Amino acid sequence: MRVSSRSAPYVLLLPFLLLFAVFGLFPLLFSLYLAFQQWEPTSGLEAMQWVGLDNFAFAIFDAWFWKSLGNTLWLAVAGGVPQHLVAIPVACLLHSSFGRLRNLMLGAWFVPYITSTVAVSIVFTLLYSPDYGLINSVLGAMRDWPLIGALVPQDRIDWLGDPTYIPPAIAALVFWRFVGFNIVLYLAGLQAIPRDLYEAAQIDGATPLQRFFHITLPGLRPMMVFGVTLSVVGGLQLFEEPFILTPDGRGGSDQAGLTAAVYVYRMAFDFNDFGAASAMAWMLFVAVASLTWLTHRMFRSAR
Amino acid sequence: MTLSTCPSSAIDHRRRRLAVALPALLAAPSVGRAQPRRTLTVAVFPAIDEIVAAAVPAWQALHPEVELKIISRRASDHHTAVTTALSSASNLPDLFALEADYVGRFAFGRGLEDLRQPQFGIETLRSRFVPYAMEQATNVRGEVVAVPSDIGPGTLLYRADLLAKAGIAEADLIGSWDGFVAAGRRIKGATGAYLVAHARDMKDILIRAGVTPGDGIYFGRGNTVSVASPRFVRAFTLARDVRAAKLDARVSPWTSDWSEGFRRGAITTQMMGAWLAGHLNNWLAPTTRGKWRAAQLPEGAYAAYGGTFFALPRAGNAANKPLAWALARLLTTDRALQLAAFRRHDAFPALAETYTDPFFEQPIPFLGGQAARTVWRSAAQRIGAVAVHRQDRFAEEVINTELDKVLLRGKDIPSALADAAQLLRRRADR
Repeated sequence: MRVSSRSAPYVLLLPFLLLFAVFGLFPLLFSLYLAFQQWEPTSGLEAMQWVGLDNFAFAIFDAWFWKSLGNTLWLAVAGGVPQHLVAIPVACLLHSSFGRLRNLMLGAWFVPYITSTVAVSIVFTLLYSPDYGLINSVLGAMRDWPLIGALVPQDRIDWLGDPTYIPPAIAALVFWRFVGFNIVLYLAGLQAIPRDLYEAAQIDGATPLQRFFHITLPGLRPMMVFGVTLSVVGGLQLFEEPFILTPDGRGGSDQAGLTAAVYVYRMAFDFNDFGAASAMAWMLFVAVASLTWLTHRMFRSAR
Repeated sequence: MTLSTCPSSAIDHRRRRLAVALPALLAAPSVGRAQPRRTLTVAVFPAIDEIVAAAVPAWQALHPEVELKIISRRASDHHTAVTTALSSASNLPDLFALEADYVGRFAFGRGLEDLRQPQFGIETLRSRFVPYAMEQATNVRGEVVAVPSDIGPGTLLYRADLLAKAGIAEADLIGSWDGFVAAGRRIKGATGAYLVAHARDMKDILIRAGVTPGDGIYFGRGNTVSVASPRFVRAFTLARDVRAAKLDARVSPWTSDWSEGFRRGAITTQMMGAWLAGHLNNWLAPTTRGKWRAAQLPEGAYAAYGGTFFALPRAGNAANKPLAWALARLLTTDRALQLAAFRRHDAFPALAETYTDPFFEQPIPFLGGQAARTVWRSAAQRIGAVAVHRQDRFAEEVINTELDKVLLRGKDIPSALADAAQLLRRRADR
């Protein structure tokens, strides 16, 4: 069969378009359709009932939805901001030092990003164990230290059971997993900054700190926009970390680790309310899109 | 939680397909023309896959022309897959297992066959199962949507050695809930061991005790919310007393701290399904063999913890339904198969006629030679049925949240229960 040169591009695109239509477009449109339905999924597709905006109204007045959004924002900030504050100086250090060992050091930072979720779950659950965990053991030993001992809580900390400690425990895991990825981003950004800018600044007598603030940071701005955008999107869709750390993936005591993505999943598969889950998913999408737009505006106005 | 869902070694993360075809082919009559072969698909989760596989020889003796394809997934994945298959009416198995928790949720939809229909006739089998299990499978419309296979009669497992050290008898522990807490204080003083793993365990039993027939745990008849009742006030009060006296280890079930607590003798009692004794023996705390005993729950409470049912999808292959029901009947009413599953997998039979088997009288070495199955048999026959509500899972979490606020932040109990009731009222109609 001969394909004309005019239709050849479309034929070549067809496999992708088909896959995108089935696995990308259809779920999106189906979820939008579901957001306006009440549906008991085990009864089959014919059990759907049009309810208009009821699911959105339910979500707006659902205390747990707002609680999960609050948790998500907190975790996005507490887990995301430190990633960039640490990644930029570490990337600068790796860029200027370590010589042949640089790639090895970079790899060490990057390993958490590619480590299996199951392994991460096991290790962190053990680290956070109240009675037998390493973190509480170290804190226990620190209680006897002069001065510092007074700052350490006297009781063992139930990291994954006490709602006060669940969010920081998750944020620490998020930071650990993704800081290496940001270091790689910033390192790539640093390599794109012309060296002669530094040489000229050095000749003019600029101190290392002045070079950092006046050459490095402005040079990294495009990569910062990219990295922060990824952190905002990823942070607002946070699912894996709270899911693996909290018992049964339920979000922990007082829903302290229940993120919006976990709640949407649970609404559908735990509470069998696919309509409300879809409505919440679209509301979350609007929130993610708005915050991403806001991030871009902030960077643009700061330019 | 039942025998199939404990996370750890008992969970098989692999997705397995056991196509049991070859023996059936060999057993097929050698007529001139090969008999038309049919395949029956059974979707299950770990432990139940082995129970079904063990039933294959019995099945083939009855239906040599029908092979069984067993699809096994991790319990949570299994229920998600079944939900998805029912929702789209595609890739449906002919028969599937359901955990007790899910039976209530699935029963509200119309995706499962009503087994009262003449072609199934489950009503003729009703008297053969423990009553509460059949009630669990009955929905608000009176339809029976599943047939029970195994159950989890609630029991109190306790460390006899720790009790002896504290000079406490079993009767002191189970006479009343106040006596249970008082015994806990003495045990803590004498041995340093906690009475229970978590104060929540106390609440879980107490809210189940004394439910009026026809009512649910969290919701009463007429879709009313019943969490502000005296039943919940007492449950919360006792849980708070246990926490205040530092009698709970503050560890949740199925965590490493929980199993470590058992191994080190730091937890004296655990109230759960009878199947827990098997888990303790096999992997949770095998080194504590001989130190445990089983008793009824305190103050004459009886409760069910999990269980497994089999159900047929309404939109499944119509031609296979008689065969699927025949398999479900075989798995649930064959005395020998039920007892074999009990022996090998601690799957306590829902089939009451097995209870006369001498196996029930045999001593259990892990429980110091106690004939504990008689205790569980007695409990199984006394457990009352509670009505299920589609929001039970949500309600359980709301109640646990409010209990945590009481235990961790000192919230007063009436306010906690009022807040829970307010949240549940909003959900009751969804």
